[in-house]
Amino acid sequence: MSSNPVPSSKPVKSIDLHIGEAAPGCKKRDPILVADGVSRTFGGLKAVDVDHVEIPRGAITALIGPNGAGKTTLFNLLTGFDKPDTGSWTFEGRSLSGMPAFKVARMGQVRTFQLTKALGLLTVMDNMLLGAKGQSGENLFRAMLPFFWRKQEEDNKARAIDILTRFKLDTKKDDYAASLSGGQRKLLEMARALMSEPTLVMLDEPMAGVNPALTQSLLDHILNLKTQGMSVLFVEHDMHMVRHIADWVIVMAEGKVVAEGDPHEVMRNPAVIDAYLGQHHDEDLGADPSAEKEHVVAIKELLDDEL
Amino acid sequence: MIDWGAIFSNAAVELISPTTAAYALAALGLAVHFGYTGLLNFGQAGFMALGAYGYAISILSFGFPVWGAVLVGIGASVVFALVLGIPTLRLRADYLAIVTIAAAEIVRLLFTTNTFEPLTGSANGLSGYKGGFAALNPIPEGSYGFGPFEYNAYDWWLRIVAWTIVVLACLFTWQIMRSPWGRVIKGIREDEDAVRALGKNVYSYKMQSLVLGGVFGTIAGMIFVLPRAVVPSNYQTSLTFFIYAILLLGGAATILGPVIGSMIFWVLLSFFSGFIARAVEAGWLPFMTSIQAGQLRFILVGVAIMLIVIFRPQGIFGNKKELAFVK
Repeated sequence: MSSNPVPSSKPVKSIDLHIGEAAPGCKKRDPILVADGVSRTFGGLKAVDVDHVEIPRGAITALIGPNGAGKTTLFNLLTGFDKPDTGSWTFEGRSLSGMPAFKVARMGQVRTFQLTKALGLLTVMDNMLLGAKGQSGENLFRAMLPFFWRKQEEDNKARAIDILTRFKLDTKKDDYAASLSGGQRKLLEMARALMSEPTLVMLDEPMAGVNPALTQSLLDHILNLKTQGMSVLFVEHDMHMVRHIADWVIVMAEGKVVAEGDPHEVMRNPAVIDAYLGQHHDEDLGADPSAEKEHVVAIKELLDDEL
Repeated sequence: MIDWGAIFSNAAVELISPTTAAYALAALGLAVHFGYTGLLNFGQAGFMALGAYGYAISILSFGFPVWGAVLVGIGASVVFALVLGIPTLRLRADYLAIVTIAAAEIVRLLFTTNTFEPLTGSANGLSGYKGGFAALNPIPEGSYGFGPFEYNAYDWWLRIVAWTIVVLACLFTWQIMRSPWGRVIKGIREDEDAVRALGKNVYSYKMQSLVLGGVFGTIAGMIFVLPRAVVPSNYQTSLTFFIYAILLLGGAATILGPVIGSMIFWVLLSFFSGFIARAVEAGWLPFMTSIQAGQLRFILVGVAIMLIVIFRPQGIFGNKKELAFVK
């Protein structure tokens, strides 16, 4: 892992991730996560109904879609926090279906939450140490005998300090996590996830509720994950951010994957515009050029194209 | 006139009484459950009853040696914890509260019912199981001590054993709570989903905590019955609430809190009941009968719990910094 903070320069995009045309469910050159036929209903509502989706390795993939599209539900299913009605998925070639959340995390697929879950009445350092995997002192019987775990604890502490320094939280290490600001808690949650040395980091709305001053730093940290060889899948509403850092975008609407592609291409996809604006859902956009133009203008404003 | 000397010496006796030790240990078990793991166990009285009956029945009905009877009691409480935990620990915390309070009552009523009278003695309870424990006493016959703390050999033996167990349990809890195991446990108290997302088997940790705190309660139940008889009505829900009062008084997520809390609780309770009883006798409280006076101390306990929770929710030993961020 590099310890140099990456300057807030233009990110290097990963390209050539897919095989064939960029369509919903298209094949990837090197998928890290492959899901098939995943569905989940809440009462009469089909919250998630995904036929096939592949998440590319070593890239930053954004999962976007309007409110209620099923993004977070899909996240919960893939991480074992919820059980699907049907479907199967594999992570690095191993099946994850029906596996409880803690085992999914142990396999290297670690997530954060939309509502930050910093462990408030634990110190920042304890939060970090909790992230480390395979601690022998977490066994009740060995916990009684410190010589079993003291060495490992010191190593984990050194690693935690290293990560906290990169996230500029090292001066806070002895403070309670509850005393951090909302943005710092997001940083802590991400830093804590890194303690487990994951291969796929899943971030649920990493920018939600973050002070704009911290946004840039958060973006840099996410880009850093990629340079350190991790794959990232994140849910986000902030189109600006998606466009800026994502290498690949998957768009969901009403539980289905409606489009996939490069962030610049996918924004122009009529299905995406339709998903977001929705009001002409049943109309053929091609039939009325003026209507289409209206949509494109609207979505351009929405997306705040600055590139 | 009021005999202040008797009131104070009766109160001082409670400082090291085996009952105080038993309540301290039961409260330490609740500290593991509630203070550290966030499990709302309202059935600590049930664990104590299992310890008391497990010990007494093993000796009286089956002629077990002391260590065998202790193991039976611990085994019963482990089984009880598993039975409570398996269905409820996957659910939200408040379900455990409901299930434990009900289960503790079921245990008490099973021990009270006439059906098992040959074994449990029904409402009369059990006595005559102290021989084995007394036989282990290495202290020669006689009376020792000074002032109000003057006891015979059996009473000293009982106090020494009881407080040694409390000290060992405190050291053990202190050690595991500062280990990585304790860190996971405290993390679960804060947010179990976050801990799950970090690859910890939350269910297993909660179960370990439930069993451990339950075993403390069970051993407390055995200490509790050594200076008296086993009587089922001692294990009513109010017992659990007294232990909660002690825990909150001392500080929920502390090691010394339950011990000092128990001492304060019993000394004050003895002081109040001694004072009120004598005040009624002396005619200071003309509106009260002596029977009412006996109940008044429990009203005072209730008021004390409310005052603690409102004005000092972290307890005597609790960390004030933690309190600044009550969720």
